[in-house]
Amino acid sequence: MYTPDFHYHKAGSVAEAIEMLGHHEDSRLLAGGHSLLPLMRLRLARPATLIDIGGLDELRGIRVHEGHIHIGALTTHGEIARSHDVQHANPLVAEVAGGIGDPQVRNRGTIGGNLAHADPASDWGTIITVMDGSVEVQGPSGSRTIAIGDFFQGAFATAVADDEIVTGIRVPTLVRQGHGHGHDHGHGHDHGAESINGEVGEYAKMSHPASFYPVIGGAVVINAEGGRCVSARVAVGGLVPTPRRAPSVEAALAGQELTAGNLEAAANQLANDLGDEIIGDIFASADYRRAIAPVEVKHAMLHAIGLAHH
Amino acid sequence: MKVPIKLTVNGRSHESEVEARTLLVHYLRDDLGLTGTKIGCDTSQCGACVVRMNGSTVKSCTCLAVQADGAEVTTIEGLAQDGNLHPVQEAFWDNHGLQCGYCTAGMIMTVAELLERNPNPSAEEVRAGLEGNICRCTGYHNIVKAALAAAEAISSGAGGG
Ligand SMILES: Cc1cc2nc3c(=O)[nH]c(=O)nc-3n(C[C@H](O)[C@H](O)[C@H](O)COP(=O)(O)OP(=O)(O)OC[C@H]3O[C@@H](n4cnc5c(N)ncnc54)[C@H](O)[C@@H]3O)c2cc1C
Ligand code: FES
Ligand code: FES
Repeated sequence: MYTPDFHYHKAGSVAEAIEMLGHHEDSRLLAGGHSLLPLMRLRLARPATLIDIGGLDELRGIRVHEGHIHIGALTTHGEIARSHDVQHANPLVAEVAGGIGDPQVRNRGTIGGNLAHADPASDWGTIITVMDGSVEVQGPSGSRTIAIGDFFQGAFATAVADDEIVTGIRVPTLVRQGHGHGHDHGHGHDHGAESINGEVGEYAKMSHPASFYPVIGGAVVINAEGGRCVSARVAVGGLVPTPRRAPSVEAALAGQELTAGNLEAAANQLANDLGDEIIGDIFASADYRRAIAPVEVKHAMLHAIGLAHH
Repeated sequence: MKVPIKLTVNGRSHESEVEARTLLVHYLRDDLGLTGTKIGCDTSQCGACVVRMNGSTVKSCTCLAVQADGAEVTTIEGLAQDGNLHPVQEAFWDNHGLQCGYCTAGMIMTVAELLERNPNPSAEEVRAGLEGNICRCTGYHNIVKAALAAAEAISSGAGGG
């Protein structure tokens, strides 16, 4: 199915893209097109002008710094998944990238486009939130950095102004210490995870079976010492109009011994962090999401500390 | 709005004027007559339209022709070399990795990329790699078999490709 008609401009530089955004009424940036084109084909979006930034190599690439990774906005999910630098500096980010959509979606879809699209359930929304990352944007008056907690303003709405462009994402590193990948460990364990020292992180999601688009996602990063949680960050997606941290769950985990029972009790605090704005649609009703979300959070926690049984 | 584009498809360069909203799959099928690439859905999910663009597989129904400006595109018609089928094509034939054939071009393009990235995949890895390709006929059994056979043929140097 064709999209409605539009004017097309190819930007030669970030500066030119910003200028074009200012000049053309009702214009949208086109990156990988894997959210925008499907919407346009369904007539759910009808921008008058598309400004193609797909050729801007300055927005592509991954740089590892002390304590954080910088990912250019146009870097694809697949490039992130296959990057050895990301696999070392933040294995959670690499794994999540490798689980987005399917190989073709990962070959075209970009992290900047995904965040700018601001689907409430997007994988990157939940993961950058749990990692406490930030988004760099550039506009006519220069660059600024938006903390992820301030970035999402509602479903499909962000703090990026109409004449601004997302240029990069800053993600803190996550060095899994104390044990390997959660999915491969823990078979047969039924005691606390005494060996866990340092930071561990995991993500669990329930996906739509056809598109693999997440319906509900739960992510955790646990900082542990001798099997006890020193501090934790927990985020959920697909529940309320934006990805959200879960302070009640985080508080319930802090100081606790990392046993399955304690994790479950903490996950069950999630309802306190959601309010009643819970999304319901044809994939999952609000009640269903409310019931399943703590389960996803619990799964992420169990995987993170190697107590998962599958 | 008409936009001029210049690209290489299966080794031949083309210069065309396209409506901005022309999808790559329509450009390939309707303008160039390369009808091996199919359209099986309106939701970017089925993979019948998969082609290679600058080396990576893409769903050509979710890519504008103007986004392929300057690119090198390979379709199923361009996979055989010097009259020899690509080893993945050969393996689909040998293992009857199809029934109606509608998904086959996309399946083969995807498997070819999969084997370049992971020359020795497990059956499970093949299935994961085919997440973006839907087959309405076969139950995937022979498709997975064909992919594994192609991996073996390529790594043992048979099949020429
Ligand atoms: C079949 C299918 C399955 C999918 N599965 C998943 C999944 O499992 N998980 C998931 O998270 N996502 C999934 N997606 C969505 C996918 O990740 C998209 O690629 C992504 O959401 C958008 O990135 P894009 O580069 O394609 O952006 P585009 O579609 O080009 O743009 C999306 C929006 O962002 C704006 N935009 C793009 N780049 C910028 C920028 N640099 N600065 C400011 N604004 C910008 C555009 O104007 C547009 O409004 C799926 C998509 C499909 C088609
Ligand atoms: S026609 Fe492209 S994914 Fe179905
Ligand atoms: S062979 Fe018929 S759709 Fe796959």
